Amino acid sequence: MAEIVQEEGHKGKGKRKVKKHGTHIDMTPMVDLACLLLTFFMLTTAFNKPKVMEIILPEKPKENEKPPELDKDRALNILLVENDKILWYVGLADPNKTLPVLTEVDYSKNGIRKVLLQRNKELFTRVANMKKDVTEGKLKIPRDSVDSRIKRFYKEDKLGPIVLIKAADGVKYRNIVDIIDEMAITNIARYTLVDINPVEKTMVQSRFPGSSVTAIK
Amino acid sequence: MGKIKLAVKTPRIDMTPMVDLFFLLLVFFILTATFRPEEAAPISTPKSTSSVPIPDSHLVTIEISKDDKVFFNVDNGIDTSEHIRAKVLQAIGSNYHIKFTPKEIKKFEGLASFGLPAVKLKDFLNAPDSKTREAMQVGIPIDSVDNQLMMWIRFARTYNNELQFTLKGDANANYPVVKKVIAVLQDNNVNKFNLTTDLKAVELPEEFIIK
Repeated sequence: MAEIVQEEGHKGKGKRKVKKHGTHIDMTPMVDLACLLLTFFMLTTAFNKPKVMEIILPEKPKENEKPPELDKDRALNILLVENDKILWYVGLADPNKTLPVLTEVDYSKNGIRKVLLQRNKELFTRVANMKKDVTEGKLKIPRDSVDSRIKRFYKEDKLGPIVLIKAADGVKYRNIVDIIDEMAITNIARYTLVDINPVEKTMVQSRFPGSSVTAIK
Repeated sequence: MGKIKLAVKTPRIDMTPMVDLFFLLLVFFILTATFRPEEAAPISTPKSTSSVPIPDSHLVTIEISKDDKVFFNVDNGIDTSEHIRAKVLQAIGSNYHIKFTPKEIKKFEGLASFGLPAVKLKDFLNAPDSKTREAMQVGIPIDSVDNQLMMWIRFARTYNNELQFTLKGDANANYPVVKKVIAVLQDNNVNKFNLTTDLKAVELPEEFIIK
């Protein structure tokens, strides 16, 4: 540190001698502090923002309004059962006729995803080809119009399945998220969450005796 | 032979560049820091392939914890001058005949998500520390007799009609509760909402990969 050396009693003609030192500040405490603050901010900063998945459900039908008629052949029923199991069948379960056969699948890429893709092949390839053209530069459209184009494809879709997701009691929230995510991956245009009906309940129970498929009210 | 005398010196490192660097990083982190809000309950969200980031403002978050408690959070608007939380709290107060003091309202504006019956709100806001507050969070009642979540959503929408709804559920929350919450949202004509998830990669069966 620079200090001026004063010598008393040196009053004379001679020049006062000032000792010269290089100004040296000990920076270690400052570094310590900066380092501490830095660590604190690094740890408290929430860097990656959480992601969200949008879900649009059809409006609840009004009391005196009939629910829209469903094309039986396009209806794909997905029954979510406890312990991460999925059962599916096509059409309607009519108690007066022979009941449809339930097929068991899981949440893997060769499970329910394959089933959905096989049924939704046309729309899926249409969307995938369009996305591919955009990334390869064959199709030059602004990024944000890709979504609106996909939405238009969804509206034009006449062949793809209408998926009815029916969850039983013991199902966890992650199963719901997974299945809705499957809808997004496989580009299903129409799907909704509905209640599991009594016929399906007995079907599930005969398949898995002892599972709790009670009504959720 | 004469010995070579080595000058004994204490080694001195010039720390200035290091300090420069540290301060640069420090300033960067201070400026980019968005603090994690105080969580009412730890929630580990499920994974999905969606990569859409969560919106910044006008956000209502309904949290469902692992033990099926429901929490509610509404942000204060695009900046704090809108005082949306204060308005919502006062509306809830007048609905349940509770009068909140300005101090309690200010406290409420500073908090994040909460989950407790409206009658307990006054004690909650006067709680001395976050530990006591945490113990009071028993979830917002959502049964049909006293559906307070319905009220919170309704009042939040009265004061801010641009609200976007986000459901943040724990991966192991039970579906019946989630279903009830979705039913409450739909009763309020909220048919479009977001589910908070973590990111995971998309995998396709081989025959469907388009090359």
